[in-house]
Amino acid sequence: MTGHDHDHHHHDHDHSELSETELRVRALETILTEKGYVDPAALDLLIDTYETKVGPRNGARVVARAWSDPAFRARLIKDATPAIAELGYAGRQGEHIVAVENTPRLHNMVVCTLCSCYPWPVLGLPPVWYKSAPYRSKAVKDPRGVLADFGFELPDGTDIRVWDSTAEIRYFVLPMRPAGTGDWSEQRLADLVTRDSMIGTGLPKQPHEAA
Amino acid sequence: MEGAHDMGGVAWSGPVRPEPDEPMFHAEWERRAFAITLAMARPGGWNIDMSRFARENRPPEDYLGLSYYQIWLAGLERLMLERGLVTADEIEAGKPLHPAKPVARTLSADGVAAMLHRGGPTQREAGSPARFAVGDRVRTRMIHPPTHTRLPRYVRGHVGVVELLHGVHVFPDSNALGQENPQWLYTVTFDGRELWGADGDASVKTSVDAWESYLEPA
Repeated sequence: MTGHDHDHHHHDHDHSELSETELRVRALETILTEKGYVDPAALDLLIDTYETKVGPRNGARVVARAWSDPAFRARLIKDATPAIAELGYAGRQGEHIVAVENTPRLHNMVVCTLCSCYPWPVLGLPPVWYKSAPYRSKAVKDPRGVLADFGFELPDGTDIRVWDSTAEIRYFVLPMRPAGTGDWSEQRLADLVTRDSMIGTGLPKQPHEAA
Repeated sequence: MEGAHDMGGVAWSGPVRPEPDEPMFHAEWERRAFAITLAMARPGGWNIDMSRFARENRPPEDYLGLSYYQIWLAGLERLMLERGLVTADEIEAGKPLHPAKPVARTLSADGVAAMLHRGGPTQREAGSPARFAVGDRVRTRMIHPPTHTRLPRYVRGHVGVVELLHGVHVFPDSNALGQENPQWLYTVTFDGRELWGADGDASVKTSVDAWESYLEPA
């Protein structure tokens, strides 16, 4: 086998493993880097930030604080953006946050029918289903059907309030504190708070489900 | 514009399919496409509504046929092509063929944390009093702009109640065209039966955030 054949083989191999989109993104990054428009180190840092630092654990800490501290809960409901900033969470896609509180009679659910608006500082980047046609279409017309898709139903007599995020206001659900957690620390409570419970498509874990 | 992105209430979409233990990204190219898109807004100089319009303004078969980050990529390419930052032959060739266009600013690694922390607040000083108050009944206008709007089809022409006032915010319909034209912003809440008639669920209320020019007294 000649060296040329060997190279050619590798070339084909790469193409079989890399999709057209992967190749296009690689090429685009090369063009933009060589033109001096982007700094690859900044790209790495952006990715690392949203993969490892900003995510629903932030929101879980906010919820656990609200469950533990009535004064914080009052500040959160009155004006969520500065209350959330007390815990160090702020900025892009969370410039204007409103916290909406679930009660035994009212369940809140958040959607963005027009694109994918989502409170990044407290929940991170949205999951695929949140950005998908089924959720964006159904949440505003048949939210109980959405909850059934997630495998649960609300008790009879619970009204539903759907918040379509059509502006730069970002909504964040404060779920109800599970019963049987009276003496739990904030840290233990945070482990009960699921991402979906802060979107309104799920409920917090029950104490026996905690890790 | 009335594109495939305006999905509220459409009936063709099937069940929601949550993915257990979903990763933040599903492929390396998604990571890079996400980061390039965030970083290019600085040299590119476009705003969030220009970005949204570049993504949504495409034929339904494209919007529905592309994955989420493929749409981001297509939107980014369009914004860069419109401004001459890259050219079609460069995207085709996969390498730079022409000199870079001078740009005012770029995003360095040192600037990432500050850029994310600052975000892009849209609230502005109020230049006039709010036309509506909490509790007012309002009707959304029946508008059909061919350009960007954030008034979804499913609420147009319907009567709701003002629930929250958010102050004065940049108006996306004009911001997508380069003019902030800030206006009062309201959360307007609609009953399920008002939006969907007999098919509606009377125990459901749905709101949108609506700028003042979307609304008239009801």
